[in-house]
Amino acid sequence: MSEHGAGFPPFNSTTYASQILWLALAFGLLYYLMSRIALPRIAGILHDRQSRLAADLDEASRMKSEADGARETYERSLKEAQDKAKGIAQSTRDQLAGEAEERRKTLEADLAAKLAESDAAIRSRTATAMGNVREIATDTAAAIVERLTGQSPDRAAVEAAYDRARPVH
Amino acid sequence: MAVKMDPIHQFELKPLISFGHIGHQEIAFTQSALYMFAAVGVIALLTIAATSRRSLVPGRMQTMAETFYEFIASTVHQSAGHGSERFVPLVFSLFMFVLVCNLFGMIPYTFTVTSHIIVTFMLALVVILTVVIYGFMAHGTHFLGLFVPPGVPGWLKPLIVVIEVVSFISRPISLSVRLFANMLAGHIALKIFAGFVPALLAAGVWGILSPLPLALSVAVTALEMLVAVLQAYVFATLTSIYLSDALHPGH
Repeated sequence: MSEHGAGFPPFNSTTYASQILWLALAFGLLYYLMSRIALPRIAGILHDRQSRLAADLDEASRMKSEADGARETYERSLKEAQDKAKGIAQSTRDQLAGEAEERRKTLEADLAAKLAESDAAIRSRTATAMGNVREIATDTAAAIVERLTGQSPDRAAVEAAYDRARPVH
Repeated sequence: MAVKMDPIHQFELKPLISFGHIGHQEIAFTQSALYMFAAVGVIALLTIAATSRRSLVPGRMQTMAETFYEFIASTVHQSAGHGSERFVPLVFSLFMFVLVCNLFGMIPYTFTVTSHIIVTFMLALVVILTVVIYGFMAHGTHFLGLFVPPGVPGWLKPLIVVIEVVSFISRPISLSVRLFANMLAGHIALKIFAGFVPALLAAGVWGILSPLPLALSVAVTALEMLVAVLQAYVFATLTSIYLSDALHPGH
């Protein structure tokens, strides 16, 4: 091109047709590749990613609500079980307490009967003992009187005297 | 030591395969065409090969492709609004093509496709023709309402319409010249600053000054990287704004 290309190359118009030709071919090819292959594909990738992300987020929120529901159910059944267990424990406690009370009552009645029995035994023994005391006391008194006076006192008189002197219970 | 200091040389087209002439026009497969197709190949690798697995969890390359796509899709949507989805492939192709061609030019010894006005002008023409053709197809003569802004007093209307038409016509020019001039000026500046380094080294004592242009060319390289990306973004954004006119000519 140098035969025409004296001067500044960008203003050398003899090269224009050639440059326009190759530019048209190259840029046409580029536009074809971009509009037919590259950009639809990139747009598709971006769209897929976006819809995938949205779907994943939806799935995650769905799962979260599911988990929340499951937790609620679990808590409810746990509370039910706790209430039930509490009820069972209470009724068992009540039952046991009733039984114990009953047993205590029978035991107490038993003890009271035994106590009364013992009381009666003690009283009878005491009465017997007291009777014996009377005998011993009159005997002793008679003996004392005999030793002091030298004569045996009347037994009935001694007993009468004892009864007079005896402390009232 | 002969140091070649021709900052324009890098913009020359070198025919690799010549197909002969049509009039004064030489039809040849040049290094420019090679870089154009290389850019198409790189873009196809990035957007097609890297996404072939359609991974739900993307790898690095697929993430890059997705990032570019989402960036352009949101830019188009913000600028052109409702109904602009159909133009995403066009803006995406333009952005990627300009970006990859600009960045290819940053590799030493390569050729910058976008440093030729005819290339950037053709790309801008694609944008403007899309706006005009789609505008008339979608809105018919109502599309011409674009040149008559609402709320303008009657006596001012002829003047405003002329201004609007001129500004509309200058769009492809400003769009193409902006990109072309940025790439051209950047590469010339880079070449000149870099050229100072061997020139100073060859000039005896002056060689002690050679680190200065070296540091400057490192800085300009960084700046040019920024410009390469920024100009691709500006091209895509302006395209989106112009496409907005085709979609909503009445505003």
